[in-house]
Amino acid sequence: MKSFKLYVLMFMVTTSSVFAQTRLIKIDGSSTVFPITEAVSEEFQTLKKGTVQVTVGISGTGGGFKKFCRGETDIQDASRPISKEEMKTCKDSGIQYIELPIAYDAITLCVSQKNTWLSELSLPELKKIWEPQAQRKIIQWNQVKKEWPETPLKLFGAGSDSGTFDYFTEAVNGKSKASRGDYTASEDDNTLVLGIGQDPNALGYLPFSYYEANKAKLKAIAIINTKNKAILPSLKTIVNGAYEPFSRPIFIYVNVTSLKKSEVKDYVTFYLTQAQTLVPQVKYVPLSPKAYQADLTRLQKNKIGTTFGGEAHIGMKIEDLLLQTH
Amino acid sequence: MSLAALVRRNKQYDFWFSVISIMCVLFSLLALTTLLLDLALEGIPRLSLNFLISFPSRFADKAGILSAWVGTFWVMFITAFISIPLGILSGLYLEEYAPKNKLTQFIEINISNLSAVPSIIFGLMALGIFVHSLHLGQSLLTAGLTLSLLILPIIIVATREAVRAIPTSIREASYALGATQWQTVKHHILPYSFGGIATGVIIALSRAIGETAPLITVGALTFIAFLPHSFMDPFTVLPIQLFNWISRPQAEFHVNAAGAGVILLTLTLLMNAVAIIIRYRVRKKITW
Repeated sequence: MKSFKLYVLMFMVTTSSVFAQTRLIKIDGSSTVFPITEAVSEEFQTLKKGTVQVTVGISGTGGGFKKFCRGETDIQDASRPISKEEMKTCKDSGIQYIELPIAYDAITLCVSQKNTWLSELSLPELKKIWEPQAQRKIIQWNQVKKEWPETPLKLFGAGSDSGTFDYFTEAVNGKSKASRGDYTASEDDNTLVLGIGQDPNALGYLPFSYYEANKAKLKAIAIINTKNKAILPSLKTIVNGAYEPFSRPIFIYVNVTSLKKSEVKDYVTFYLTQAQTLVPQVKYVPLSPKAYQADLTRLQKNKIGTTFGGEAHIGMKIEDLLLQTH
Repeated sequence: MSLAALVRRNKQYDFWFSVISIMCVLFSLLALTTLLLDLALEGIPRLSLNFLISFPSRFADKAGILSAWVGTFWVMFITAFISIPLGILSGLYLEEYAPKNKLTQFIEINISNLSAVPSIIFGLMALGIFVHSLHLGQSLLTAGLTLSLLILPIIIVATREAVRAIPTSIREASYALGATQWQTVKHHILPYSFGGIATGVIIALSRAIGETAPLITVGALTFIAFLPHSFMDPFTVLPIQLFNWISRPQAEFHVNAAGAGVILLTLTLLMNAVAIIIRYRVRKKITW
């Protein structure tokens, strides 16, 4: 009996031990944005020498917004703008937010290094390949274009839960989530890299950072843009908007109430001033210095709400958007 | 058919059956060895003291698993603290004390079913009960409670199997000498079944240590560069850190993932080793 009392006592002591009153910043959301937020948080904590603690989760953009709109997190990582539904949930629970684009991600169309004959694709060709009607009909490369070989068309792409999938389908097929279903879909981009890399007849789409890390296996395809030029994705073409429509901004959303806490304001300011150096370190494409300046102004002026109205704008330049709003 | 032919034929069946069995063993061993070797070859060179005492970082070579293994340690500690007494006592009650009626049978069937429920379901339930209703937050305590629920059925079933294996004659002998039911349980049933119970407990804990899905659901984090001060603090665990690294594009992070995998595997093996030692010692002591 004595040992049982001791057992209970021990448990009570350990569970109720001191509530450490260090200041905590809670961040959750997209795993695409995670590497950037991780880098910023790492530096910020070093700077603050442990007086402020930052936690970052990866519940996904959708899962993260659920927590954000309940007021459980201070900052939300998002690989797409807030949706109409999420706007409503936030409004209903009285959560106001500031929307801050923090970097570019570019969807990269890739083939294997073993593929010797494909170097560029146009949007109509992509639509022919990926539209829902193509399912089980367009199964050979020469069905897309006569000059291409009579070999099977093997497709790889993002799974339907990812922001990449939403954006790609909207850009190619004109409607978010409209896609053929008979392709190898994976939430794990490394699986896609392996699949595309091995097969000379494969074609797939990936976030730019996965192409960058696997250039030995993959070959990027130039996309013919609205100005009729074939453009390969690169730091330059993504920032100046020539690589369209597949370059897209990624965001953080900051809870306005949380911003009243000095550590959150410090953190976001630090984020925006350091992004220029930290974003390339984790192999993402930074915005222009002017854009980060516009972000900072947005923060200082406490500009609440989204500039997207619940939809992704395809092929927009973030600089234009940021500047047009004030 | 002559008798000799019949014997010959049956001997042949015997031979082929043993060949097939050996092939099956070899196949599973081969698959396991390949996996382990692959992990070890990639992961072991990455292991160093720094890897164990560093927080996660954006630089793969500076990143470590400190917050992850400390988190795993505490979550397992809490899980064991809650689930072991609850599980063993429930098992004992159901086997030794509970009247054998429809209600007990109903409870028994449900417990057996619970051990087959996917872990994500436990995660969702825990999110509703512990995080949203009881306001325990996304804390170590919530994680421990969640995993406890997950492995309770396994411990209960294992306890009952172990207790049932004790011959009734032992109980009868104890009662014949005037022992009460509690005295019988304390001096005979529990010590004799301890080996079996310990095995069940360790199998259950080994399952809990690798769980990711229910912990992500209740809000385990991925980046956390400080250690918990209390059971109400946020946390991460090894499998989550591992998963995050393996899904990064850069190959250097994949090496880190393999390193974390080796550590996780070592922890599990250590736990199993402890179980085997306990069981061996207990068995040696029992003389009926």
